[in-house]
Amino acid sequence: MTIGLEHYLVLSAILFSIGLYGALAKHNAIVILMSIEIMLSAVNIALIAFSRFIVPAELTGQIFALFAMAVAAAETAVGLAIIISIYRNKETIDANKIDLMKW
Amino acid sequence: MGQVIAFWVFAVAIIGAALGVVLLKNVFRAAVLLVACFFGVAGIFILLSADFLAAMQILIYIGAISILVILAIMLTREVAFGSPSNKFQIPAFIIAALFCTGVIWAILNTQWQISSVAPGATTTSGLGVKLFSKDGFILPVEILPTVLLATILGAIVLVKDRKK
Repeated sequence: MTIGLEHYLVLSAILFSIGLYGALAKHNAIVILMSIEIMLSAVNIALIAFSRFIVPAELTGQIFALFAMAVAAAETAVGLAIIISIYRNKETIDANKIDLMKW
Repeated sequence: MGQVIAFWVFAVAIIGAALGVVLLKNVFRAAVLLVACFFGVAGIFILLSADFLAAMQILIYIGAISILVILAIMLTREVAFGSPSNKFQIPAFIIAALFCTGVIWAILNTQWQISSVAPGATTTSGLGVKLFSKDGFILPVEILPTVLLATILGAIVLVKDRKK
Protein backbone atom coordinates (compact mmCIF):
# COMPACT_ATOMS: atom_id res chain seq x y z
CA MET A 1 0.00 0.00 0.00
CA THR A 2 1.34 3.41 -0.98
CA ILE A 3 0.26 6.85 0.14
CA GLY A 4 -1.19 8.79 -2.78
CA LEU A 5 -2.72 12.18 -3.42
CA GLU A 6 -6.13 11.10 -2.11
CA HIS A 7 -4.74 10.30 1.34
CA TYR A 8 -3.32 13.80 1.76
CA LEU A 9 -6.46 15.44 0.39
CA VAL A 10 -8.75 13.47 2.72
CA LEU A 11 -6.50 14.37 5.68
CA SER A 12 -6.73 18.01 4.62
CA ALA A 13 -10.54 17.83 4.29
CA ILE A 14 -10.94 16.29 7.76
CA LEU A 15 -8.62 18.87 9.31
CA PHE A 16 -10.49 21.71 7.58
CA SER A 17 -13.84 20.38 8.87
CA ILE A 18 -12.52 20.21 12.44
CA GLY A 19 -11.39 23.82 12.15
CA LEU A 20 -14.76 24.80 10.65
CA TYR A 21 -16.61 23.21 13.55
CA GLY A 22 -14.38 25.02 16.06
CA ALA A 23 -14.82 28.38 14.33
CA LEU A 24 -18.61 28.02 14.29
CA ALA A 25 -19.27 26.48 17.71
CA LYS A 26 -17.01 28.29 20.18
CA HIS A 27 -17.52 31.21 22.56
CA ASN A 28 -13.92 32.23 23.14
CA ALA A 29 -12.56 34.51 20.40
CA ILE A 30 -9.00 33.17 20.80
CA VAL A 31 -10.21 29.59 20.29
CA ILE A 32 -12.04 30.76 17.14
CA LEU A 33 -8.77 32.25 15.89
CA MET A 34 -6.94 28.98 16.67
CA SER A 35 -9.57 27.07 14.67
CA ILE A 36 -9.00 29.40 11.72
CA GLU A 37 -5.26 28.64 11.96
CA ILE A 38 -6.10 24.91 11.74
CA MET A 39 -8.17 25.57 8.62
CA LEU A 40 -5.28 27.49 7.02
CA SER A 41 -2.89 24.61 7.78
CA ALA A 42 -5.33 22.19 6.14
CA VAL A 43 -5.39 24.31 2.98
CA ASN A 44 -1.57 24.41 2.96
CA ILE A 45 -1.47 20.58 3.11
CA ALA A 46 -3.82 20.38 0.11
CA LEU A 47 -1.79 22.94 -1.89
CA ILE A 48 1.51 21.16 -1.27
CA ALA A 49 -0.01 17.75 -2.01
CA PHE A 50 -1.26 19.03 -5.38
CA SER A 51 2.16 20.54 -6.05
CA ARG A 52 3.91 17.26 -5.19
CA PHE A 53 1.66 14.89 -7.15
CA ILE A 54 0.35 16.90 -10.13
CA VAL A 55 3.25 19.25 -11.06
CA PRO A 56 6.33 18.03 -9.13
CA ALA A 57 8.77 20.07 -11.24
CA GLU A 58 6.88 23.39 -11.06
CA LEU A 59 6.70 24.13 -7.27
CA THR A 60 3.80 26.56 -7.81
CA GLY A 61 1.67 25.01 -5.06
CA GLN A 62 4.52 25.48 -2.61
CA ILE A 63 4.79 29.16 -3.54
CA PHE A 64 1.05 29.59 -2.92
CA ALA A 65 1.46 27.88 0.46
CA LEU A 66 4.34 30.25 1.28
CA PHE A 67 2.15 33.30 0.59
CA ALA A 68 -0.72 31.72 2.53
CA MET A 69 1.63 31.34 5.52
CA ALA A 70 2.71 34.98 5.39
CA VAL A 71 -0.89 36.18 5.17
CA ALA A 72 -1.86 33.82 8.01
CA ALA A 73 0.84 35.36 10.21
CA ALA A 74 -0.46 38.85 9.41
CA GLU A 75 -4.05 37.76 10.07
CA THR A 76 -3.14 36.30 13.47
CA ALA A 77 -1.25 39.43 14.53
CA VAL A 78 -4.10 41.78 13.64
CA GLY A 79 -6.76 39.39 14.99
CA LEU A 80 -5.07 39.09 18.38
CA ALA A 81 -4.54 42.88 18.49
CA ILE A 82 -8.28 43.38 17.91
CA ILE A 83 -9.11 40.78 20.60
CA ILE A 84 -6.82 42.48 23.16
CA SER A 85 -8.26 45.89 22.27
CA ILE A 86 -11.82 44.58 22.75
CA TYR A 87 -10.80 42.97 26.05
CA ARG A 88 -9.50 46.32 27.30
CA ASN A 89 -12.78 48.04 26.50
CA LYS A 90 -15.35 45.37 27.38
CA GLU A 91 -13.49 43.05 29.83
CA THR A 92 -14.58 40.01 27.82
CA ILE A 93 -13.62 38.10 24.69
CA ASP A 94 -16.81 36.04 24.56
CA ALA A 95 -17.82 36.23 20.91
CA ASN A 96 -21.51 36.17 21.89
CA LYS A 97 -21.15 39.28 24.06
CA ILE A 98 -19.16 41.33 21.53
CA ASP A 99 -22.01 43.10 19.76
CA LEU A 100 -20.50 46.56 19.15
CA MET A 101 -21.47 46.47 15.48
CA LYS A 102 -24.88 44.86 15.97
CA TRP A 103 -27.70 47.15 14.92
CA MET B 1 7.08 1.32 3.95
CA GLY B 2 8.60 3.82 6.35
CA GLN B 3 6.80 6.62 4.56
CA VAL B 4 3.44 4.86 4.97
CA ILE B 5 3.97 4.42 8.72
CA ALA B 6 5.15 8.02 9.06
CA PHE B 7 2.09 9.30 7.18
CA TRP B 8 -0.35 7.44 9.43
CA VAL B 9 1.48 8.49 12.60
CA PHE B 10 1.44 12.16 11.53
CA ALA B 11 -2.17 11.99 10.31
CA VAL B 12 -3.46 10.47 13.57
CA ALA B 13 -1.40 12.95 15.61
CA ILE B 14 -2.66 15.96 13.62
CA ILE B 15 -6.32 14.97 13.78
CA GLY B 16 -6.11 14.05 17.47
CA ALA B 17 -4.43 17.35 18.31
CA ALA B 18 -6.93 19.34 16.21
CA LEU B 19 -9.86 17.60 17.94
CA GLY B 20 -8.22 18.46 21.27
CA VAL B 21 -7.96 22.13 20.26
CA VAL B 22 -11.65 22.21 19.39
CA LEU B 23 -13.06 20.05 22.20
CA LEU B 24 -10.91 20.70 25.30
CA LYS B 25 -12.37 23.01 27.95
CA ASN B 26 -9.00 24.41 29.05
CA VAL B 27 -7.85 27.14 26.63
CA PHE B 28 -4.19 26.86 27.57
CA ARG B 29 -4.10 23.10 26.90
CA ALA B 30 -5.83 23.77 23.59
CA ALA B 31 -3.02 26.19 22.66
CA VAL B 32 -0.35 23.58 23.53
CA LEU B 33 -2.18 21.00 21.40
CA LEU B 34 -2.24 23.56 18.56
CA VAL B 35 1.58 23.49 18.68
CA ALA B 36 1.48 19.68 18.40
CA CYS B 37 -0.88 20.00 15.44
CA PHE B 38 1.55 22.40 13.70
CA PHE B 39 4.45 19.98 14.31
CA GLY B 40 2.45 17.21 12.65
CA VAL B 41 1.71 19.44 9.67
CA ALA B 42 5.46 20.17 9.35
CA GLY B 43 6.07 16.40 9.29
CA ILE B 44 3.48 16.00 6.52
CA PHE B 45 5.30 18.73 4.55
CA ILE B 46 8.54 16.76 4.85
CA LEU B 47 6.76 13.62 3.58
CA LEU B 48 5.58 15.71 0.60
CA SER B 49 9.28 16.63 -0.02
CA ALA B 50 8.67 20.32 0.77
CA ASP B 51 11.67 20.78 3.04
CA PHE B 52 11.83 24.59 2.92
CA LEU B 53 8.14 24.91 3.77
CA ALA B 54 8.51 22.47 6.66
CA ALA B 55 11.24 24.71 8.10
CA MET B 56 9.05 27.78 7.54
CA GLN B 57 6.12 26.02 9.19
CA ILE B 58 8.19 25.42 12.31
CA LEU B 59 9.66 28.94 12.31
CA ILE B 60 6.48 30.91 11.57
CA TYR B 61 3.71 28.82 13.09
CA ILE B 62 5.44 27.24 16.08
CA GLY B 63 7.97 29.99 16.68
CA ALA B 64 5.78 33.05 16.17
CA ILE B 65 2.05 32.36 15.95
CA SER B 66 1.88 29.93 18.88
CA ILE B 67 3.79 32.35 21.11
CA LEU B 68 1.42 35.15 20.07
CA VAL B 69 -1.65 33.01 20.83
CA ILE B 70 -0.33 31.93 24.24
CA LEU B 71 0.60 35.55 25.06
CA ALA B 72 -2.94 36.67 24.15
CA ILE B 73 -4.44 33.93 26.34
CA MET B 74 -2.32 35.12 29.27
CA LEU B 75 -3.15 38.80 28.67
CA THR B 76 -6.91 38.32 28.54
CA ARG B 77 -7.41 36.20 31.70
CA GLU B 78 -10.27 34.27 30.14
CA VAL B 79 -8.74 30.89 31.07
CA ALA B 80 -11.05 30.66 34.07
CA PHE B 81 -14.14 30.64 31.84
CA GLY B 82 -12.77 27.83 29.68
CA SER B 83 -13.85 27.30 26.12
CA PRO B 84 -17.54 26.31 26.16
CA SER B 85 -19.56 25.64 23.04
CA ASN B 86 -22.33 28.02 22.09
CA LYS B 87 -25.94 27.20 21.20
CA PHE B 88 -24.95 26.43 17.61
CA GLN B 89 -22.96 23.33 18.61
CA ILE B 90 -25.21 20.79 16.88
CA PRO B 91 -25.86 22.83 13.67
CA ALA B 92 -22.11 23.55 13.48
CA PHE B 93 -21.34 19.84 13.79
CA ILE B 94 -23.88 19.00 11.07
CA ILE B 95 -22.45 21.67 8.74
CA ALA B 96 -18.87 20.48 9.31
CA ALA B 97 -19.84 16.81 8.81
CA LEU B 98 -21.78 17.58 5.61
CA PHE B 99 -18.87 19.66 4.29
CA CYS B 100 -16.41 16.86 5.14
CA THR B 101 -18.45 14.13 3.42
CA GLY B 102 -19.05 16.33 0.37
CA VAL B 103 -15.37 17.18 -0.09
CA ILE B 104 -14.23 13.58 0.49
CA TRP B 105 -16.83 12.35 -2.02
CA ALA B 106 -15.52 14.85 -4.56
CA ILE B 107 -11.89 13.87 -3.89
CA LEU B 108 -12.53 10.15 -4.30
CA ASN B 109 -14.62 10.56 -7.46
CA THR B 110 -12.18 12.75 -9.39
CA GLN B 111 -9.65 11.32 -11.82
CA TRP B 112 -6.46 13.11 -10.76
CA GLN B 113 -3.75 13.34 -13.39
CA ILE B 114 -0.88 12.10 -11.27
CA SER B 115 2.51 13.01 -12.72
CA SER B 116 5.19 10.34 -12.63
CA VAL B 117 8.06 12.84 -12.45
CA ALA B 118 10.07 12.43 -9.26
CA PRO B 119 10.30 15.59 -7.12
CA GLY B 120 13.67 17.29 -6.76
CA ALA B 121 15.92 16.48 -3.84
CA THR B 122 15.71 19.99 -2.36
CA THR B 123 13.21 22.74 -3.07
CA THR B 124 14.95 25.82 -1.63
CA SER B 125 16.89 26.83 -4.75
CA GLY B 126 13.91 26.11 -7.02
CA LEU B 127 11.63 28.22 -4.82
CA GLY B 128 14.18 31.06 -4.79
CA VAL B 129 14.43 31.06 -8.59
CA LYS B 130 10.64 30.96 -8.94
CA LEU B 131 10.08 33.75 -6.42
CA PHE B 132 12.72 36.24 -7.54
CA SER B 133 13.13 35.70 -11.29
CA LYS B 134 11.68 38.28 -13.69
CA ASP B 135 8.99 35.98 -15.13
CA GLY B 136 8.27 34.45 -11.72
CA PHE B 137 6.45 35.77 -8.69
CA ILE B 138 8.44 38.94 -8.07
CA LEU B 139 5.36 41.22 -7.96
CA PRO B 140 3.58 39.28 -5.14
CA VAL B 141 6.92 39.11 -3.33
CA GLU B 142 7.05 42.92 -3.47
CA ILE B 143 3.41 43.37 -2.44
CA LEU B 144 3.71 41.06 0.57
CA PRO B 145 6.10 43.35 2.56
CA THR B 146 3.51 46.13 2.17
CA VAL B 147 0.91 43.83 3.72
CA LEU B 148 3.28 42.96 6.56
CA LEU B 149 4.11 46.65 7.16
CA ALA B 150 0.41 47.51 7.27
CA THR B 151 -0.06 44.61 9.72
CA ILE B 152 2.67 45.89 12.03
CA LEU B 153 1.30 49.44 12.00
CA GLY B 154 -2.28 48.22 12.45
CA ALA B 155 -1.39 45.98 15.37
CA ILE B 156 0.52 48.80 17.10
CA VAL B 157 -2.33 51.28 16.61
CA LEU B 158 -4.94 48.77 17.81
CA VAL B 159 -3.25 47.82 21.08
CA LYS B 160 -1.97 51.30 21.94
CA ASP B 161 -3.45 52.56 25.21
CA ARG B 162 -5.39 55.71 24.41
CA LYS B 163 -6.48 56.38 28.00
CA LYS B 164 -3.83 58.53 29.63
